[in-house]
Amino acid sequence: MTTETTNRMDVTFRRLKEQGRAALIPFLTIGDPDLETSLAIIAELEAAGADIVELGVPYSDPLADGPVIQRASSRALRGNIHLRTCMETALKAREAGSKLPFILFTYYNPVLQMGLDTFFAELNRHEISGLIIPDLPVEEAEEMRSRSREAGINLVPLVAPTSSERIAKIVSGASGFVYCVSSLGVTGVRASFHDDVDRFIESVRQATDLPVAVGFGISTPEQVARFSKICDGVVVGSAIVRKIEEVIFLLEDPAKRADGLLQIRDFVAQLRP
Amino acid sequence: MIQVPDRHGRFGAFGGRFVPETLMNALIELEEAYNKFSADPKFQEQVDYLLKQYSGRETPLYYAERLSAQLGGAKIYLKREDLNHTGAHKINNAIGQAILAKMMGKKKVIAETGAGQHGVATATVAALLGMECKVFMGEEDTRRQQLNVFRMKLLGAEVIPVTSGSRTLKDAGNEALRYWVSNVNDTFYVLGSAVGPHPYPMMVRNFQRVIGDETRRQILEAEGRLPDLLVAAVGGGSNAIGMFYPFLEDETVDMVGVEAAGKGVDTPYHAATMSKGSHGVFQGSMSYLLQDEYGQVIEAHSISAGLDYPGVGPEHSYLKDIERVKYVPITDQEALDALKLLCVTEGIIPALESAHAVAQVAKIAPTLSKDDIIVICLSGRGDKDVESIMAYTEGEGLK
Repeated sequence: MTTETTNRMDVTFRRLKEQGRAALIPFLTIGDPDLETSLAIIAELEAAGADIVELGVPYSDPLADGPVIQRASSRALRGNIHLRTCMETALKAREAGSKLPFILFTYYNPVLQMGLDTFFAELNRHEISGLIIPDLPVEEAEEMRSRSREAGINLVPLVAPTSSERIAKIVSGASGFVYCVSSLGVTGVRASFHDDVDRFIESVRQATDLPVAVGFGISTPEQVARFSKICDGVVVGSAIVRKIEEVIFLLEDPAKRADGLLQIRDFVAQLRP
Repeated sequence: MIQVPDRHGRFGAFGGRFVPETLMNALIELEEAYNKFSADPKFQEQVDYLLKQYSGRETPLYYAERLSAQLGGAKIYLKREDLNHTGAHKINNAIGQAILAKMMGKKKVIAETGAGQHGVATATVAALLGMECKVFMGEEDTRRQQLNVFRMKLLGAEVIPVTSGSRTLKDAGNEALRYWVSNVNDTFYVLGSAVGPHPYPMMVRNFQRVIGDETRRQILEAEGRLPDLLVAAVGGGSNAIGMFYPFLEDETVDMVGVEAAGKGVDTPYHAATMSKGSHGVFQGSMSYLLQDEYGQVIEAHSISAGLDYPGVGPEHSYLKDIERVKYVPITDQEALDALKLLCVTEGIIPALESAHAVAQVAKIAPTLSKDDIIVICLSGRGDKDVESIMAYTEGEGLK
């Protein structure tokens, strides 16, 4: 398949497999606190050892997200950040020298309003390798799936601990990787994980040859290390967004901005497995 | 007409199930349980028993003679859902879903509420059935509707103020769904309107169709024929779909859904989803939606908290597009005028939601003949609104 050779995300997963390590996949909400800072943060994430970056599109009604990402969304929306601006940010990051594969994380409605024709044309033009649409379960995703396939974009499916018999249907025909939701609930930091999570991830592994990543609630180096042993990728979202929130007052002060960015870099670097 | 929804929960282009994968299993389980129990005569028996002995059904279909005379046109009947226990049609659905929850072995229920009517109905039924109840309510609404907050607490429910987004009904719905995602194993979500992911719009419609079923029987008894026009207010649209559904195949019966125009459909302050919205995905289903060009959901506005919602049930969107039901906007002021009209002609204080339906009838009844029959779904009583009406009246004045 042509996508296997050209899609940046696929290339990354193959390389990591050869190196025998798991991908670190940080998430940030684009436009939190502003676009220029998001670009600077993407560069820090890359410097800190990120392998793939998830670019979160702010949305008015983020159903799958906990309070941390909800707050980031609200901050970004105050700056009029939308789907298109998020895509443009990916291209700008590329032009600034980023080599990372980008995944766009967006709710479905903004995509619908842009129109699928425009959306896929823009994804390619802006060098985005993958898509996560958290409110588009497999039953509703038929058209998105075929369009993604045609465009060579990986539509990354989510599987949950409650998916059980649905897992086979979800992973069949998927591309990129399979995103395991670590535990029930919305995005956000969790102190601990149920032991069943290992069995769950194993059952997903059995069902697919694609790389398997895990996310939702992963925030500490110990947790990243734990999941890196059994997964091909670990997504860290809310913990990073919370870190950004903590240093916003630095980021917004020209004299202290560099310090704020460094704190974000350090936080992500210490997560590295 | 084709039967809707189909097995994917689609009403034509609308409906479906646009939710995180973490909820899919719970929705499938719910659909299976609903299909199983709704076919079980014992289930319907229990629902019917409570509707009758607890809520006081059937509710009267009352001939509003003085209102009809005052408007000088058609004969107007009021379907008195305001006479239900807890004061609105919301209890019909709460009873149905809570019994379903019990049969599914769930011991905890959650609900979202705007003005508090659905929250009160759910808290009431939870108390009756001995279930633990949490109600999510926008912080803004908890301030506007303090009396209902206290009412729910009195009934033993926990009221959780929602501080995300606009802190109103839509955010209460988001938060209830988020809570459900984390607690699907032991919790049943009693959704209050004909909105949300499949099977909710279908299930809520079926629990509310008792309104239309009774009306049909009652009007045939009173007039020996079907009405010419049904009018009901539409926020999410549960009382309207309950009234309309049993008449959908009767071609001689026209139907009008009345949505809230707030300060006017040409201002930014309205909740006229059908008149001003476009197709979009919101809270789990495809429907008409108030949104900006980027697909961000716009906050709605209405004097009536129950209509203050940027979405609408998917079956209504379908009925609009196939032109079976007409949807029209009514402003805050028109609703207030109609509320006053009903008070002085019939001695009935309607809920602000229902007053929107009365306002539409006040517009069209005079243009019809004395032989025409209109039925208004008087979905709730106005006691809960007296404070906001006072505030509004002191601000801008009732004519």
